[in-house]
Amino acid sequence: MANTFEAIRTVTVGSGGAADIEFTSIPGTYTDLLVFVSARSSTTNNFYRINLNSSASDFSGLFLNATGSVVASGSSSPAFGRMSQSNYTSNTFGNDFWYIPNYTSSNNKSISVDTVAENNSATTNFLDFVAGLWSQSAAITAIKFVPNTGNFAEYSTATLYGIKNS
Amino acid sequence: MPITYEKIQTTTLPSATSTISFTGISGSYTDIVLVFGYKSNTTNQPTLRLTFNGTSTGFSGTQLTGNGSTDASYRNSNAAFISIARIVGTPTTVGGMATIIMNFQNYSNTTTYKTVLARASAAESGVEADVGLWANTAAITQIDITTATSNDFASGSVVTLYGIKAA
Repeated sequence: MANTFEAIRTVTVGSGGAADIEFTSIPGTYTDLLVFVSARSSTTNNFYRINLNSSASDFSGLFLNATGSVVASGSSSPAFGRMSQSNYTSNTFGNDFWYIPNYTSSNNKSISVDTVAENNSATTNFLDFVAGLWSQSAAITAIKFVPNTGNFAEYSTATLYGIKNS
Repeated sequence: MPITYEKIQTTTLPSATSTISFTGISGSYTDIVLVFGYKSNTTNQPTLRLTFNGTSTGFSGTQLTGNGSTDASYRNSNAAFISIARIVGTPTTVGGMATIIMNFQNYSNTTTYKTVLARASAAESGVEADVGLWANTAAITQIDITTATSNDFASGSVVTLYGIKAA
């Protein structure tokens, strides 16, 4: 039986932080891509966004957000993940699940994101479900995550997995 | 290192349909995961109707939805199927794309009722998180996904069932 779930690469942010986390030269030998991200921000902004094949355009998306007291839904372009902010409890990191099926097809690319930033706080916690779309027919060969402001903090990690259906 | 995540069956739809079935599912895994790379053939934005083992009784579920402006929760019980992407989460346009992921835990035991956790994501319509229950202790050996309308799934849609082993 073939192995269908393989780690392609892990990025761990080093001392001083990183302006982005990028996976390049993604092989087309899988069916789906999955990225697990554990991240913390160097600033008080907890958003980071995705670029595909070095493109930040042709994205659209919707989200459902819960904070522990408020639920809301809105639009987002591009899809986003959450990370723990710099003023969150020390050593807390966001946890995010990015799933991109059929990433080599000529169809537009649909993205599903589950993302949390938990602060052990009464008020400043975030859980989001995100539906993203990249309206491009090109196969995905590069994924870049970029903080809205500042850097990914040291010890943030992201692992790209390839999933085969054969 | 033992292989713990395996493809069980996969289907790339050769033509439009609104029925997808996985039959003869082995009980040799601990959990199973269904990934549906959905491409739409219609503007119906259908609910996916999930059933097991060819039955049509004992289903219930709860849905949490967001369409970009409104959030809501819904419930159905004593139903003939589990509703996945009941309100949002499937495309509204021909050629529209969605990602639907379903997780079935401990699916083959013969002691407990079966649950499914699902996420449906369509940037055109919204995001939905679903939980479903099948009030039946039988092992799941068959999964059927249908819609109330015809040929909603376009050719080129890919549906794969994965099995996860504990070791």
